[in-house]
Amino acid sequence: MISVKNINVVFGKGTPLQKQALNGVSLTIEQGSFVTVIGSNGAGKSTLLGVLAGDVLPSEGEVTIGHTDVTRKGTASRAGLVARVFQDPLAGSCGTLSIEENLALAARRGESRGLTPALGAKRREHFRERIAELNLGLENRLGDRMDLLSGGQRQAVSLVMATLAGSEVLLLDEHTAALDPGMAEFVMNLTQKIVTERKLTTMMVTHSMRQALDYGHRTIMLHGGEIVLDVAGDSRKTLQVEDLIAMFRRIRGQTLDDDALLIG
Amino acid sequence: MSQIAFWGAVELGLVYAFVAVGVFLAFRVLDFPDLTVDGSFPLGAAVTAVLIIAGVNPWLAAAVAMVAGAAAGIVTALLNVRFRILNLLASILTMIALFSVNLRVMGKPNVALINADTMLSPFYGLGLRDFYVRPLFVGILVLVAVVIVWRFLESDAGLAMRATGANARMARAQGVDTSRQIYLGMAISNALVAFGGALFAQTNGFADVTSGVGTIVVGLAAVIIGETLFGARGILIALAGCVLGSILYRIAIQLALSTDMLGLQASDLNFVTAALVTVALVLPRLRRRGAA
Repeated sequence: MISVKNINVVFGKGTPLQKQALNGVSLTIEQGSFVTVIGSNGAGKSTLLGVLAGDVLPSEGEVTIGHTDVTRKGTASRAGLVARVFQDPLAGSCGTLSIEENLALAARRGESRGLTPALGAKRREHFRERIAELNLGLENRLGDRMDLLSGGQRQAVSLVMATLAGSEVLLLDEHTAALDPGMAEFVMNLTQKIVTERKLTTMMVTHSMRQALDYGHRTIMLHGGEIVLDVAGDSRKTLQVEDLIAMFRRIRGQTLDDDALLIG
Repeated sequence: MSQIAFWGAVELGLVYAFVAVGVFLAFRVLDFPDLTVDGSFPLGAAVTAVLIIAGVNPWLAAAVAMVAGAAAGIVTALLNVRFRILNLLASILTMIALFSVNLRVMGKPNVALINADTMLSPFYGLGLRDFYVRPLFVGILVLVAVVIVWRFLESDAGLAMRATGANARMARAQGVDTSRQIYLGMAISNALVAFGGALFAQTNGFADVTSGVGTIVVGLAAVIIGETLFGARGILIALAGCVLGSILYRIAIQLALSTDMLGLQASDLNFVTAALVTVALVLPRLRRRGAA
């Protein structure tokens, strides 16, 4: 479970460029729920994800992941609770390390790291099995450097990396945005499979309204640092991409005093 | 080149192999351009020399030198991590400060170790000539150090350090405390360099405050020569490359200086070093262009 209460994030406080990135956002995501997040540029999507990941510490509010209050914890110290796939395929792994070294790194996420050899026979076998499930033929290239893989292959491996160690939440940050359409679909199907099989509490930020409605149980739209739409269940099933686009237009055109109209 | 000159070059190359491995850890593993080594090398020499003269066991003296080197590395890491000073500048500050520290440690610019007991003393007079004993002894220590660093870098802890240098953001997302890795890496790197300094003092019989000048270039030269020869093919090969690069560098220098034809003299050393490193840096690029 994730709970975010009255989060305020202000960038560049006291400077002419001061920006309220999140404005009193509250949100609860139940255990095992898959939430998609949309919004235009600067709406606060990435900031919200950053608040959960620990990259951004809020100036006000509370963040709870699982049963742990992580409001003041940095990225590294809450890594045991948070698994993550980045937008940039280069960001989520180490290009100069081999595929299996990246996997070994991820397998100890949030745990202490001692002097045990990172690539013992048992671990190698485990990694091979997990990578073979991707059906990309990468199980025979585990010793290859990560930067030899294509963007899509890296994202697929990143998804495996995210699930090697346990976590309370999986954060997906537009993880298919940098891929070609075919590979994007492959990675989304894989995401769906992994999230369903492992019953992961998941938050996926996306630019694609299609994705936002097709995947998951609940969709949230952010605008100007506030949640302007939060749909789940039957009302979400009938929602079309056109409806979302219309909503987007209306929000952009209007000030937010009448956001009550938009919700529901 | 005489046999004595040749083995002398090998010995010096092996002593500086510790510097090369230390520089490899900082520059390549942590991606931290660290000039502290110009100070921590003579620091290791100074601490060892002073302690040996005070009657301390030479092995213990070398161990203390390593601790001193580690402390120097931690200071640089502190300036960078805690006080956000640019890594290169942080290391220059420590390096400059160490010059004074080294003078304080020795109380004078130069300490001689003539007739003092060193780590090597028990091995002289066992039948092998001195100019063989020294490179053999240092070579064994290098081997031990390389194996330890190799095993470390291929462990879970070492992987965390490599990730810190390769992609710090990803490392943090995996729960790696990247600041701690920088402290640890800089400590190990400079401890190795200081141990090189300790060996330098014991094999050459003196510690000199100016002996650190250019240490970083020599270390980097070794790393780059190694990479040029072996390419990037795993940690063990890279470490072996550092050691071999260091030895080859010394032999090349020795050759350049001992060939009368070229008309070079000892004072041309720094120029020759710069030229060698430049060649080693440019060669791979030229080769790539040739292949394309």
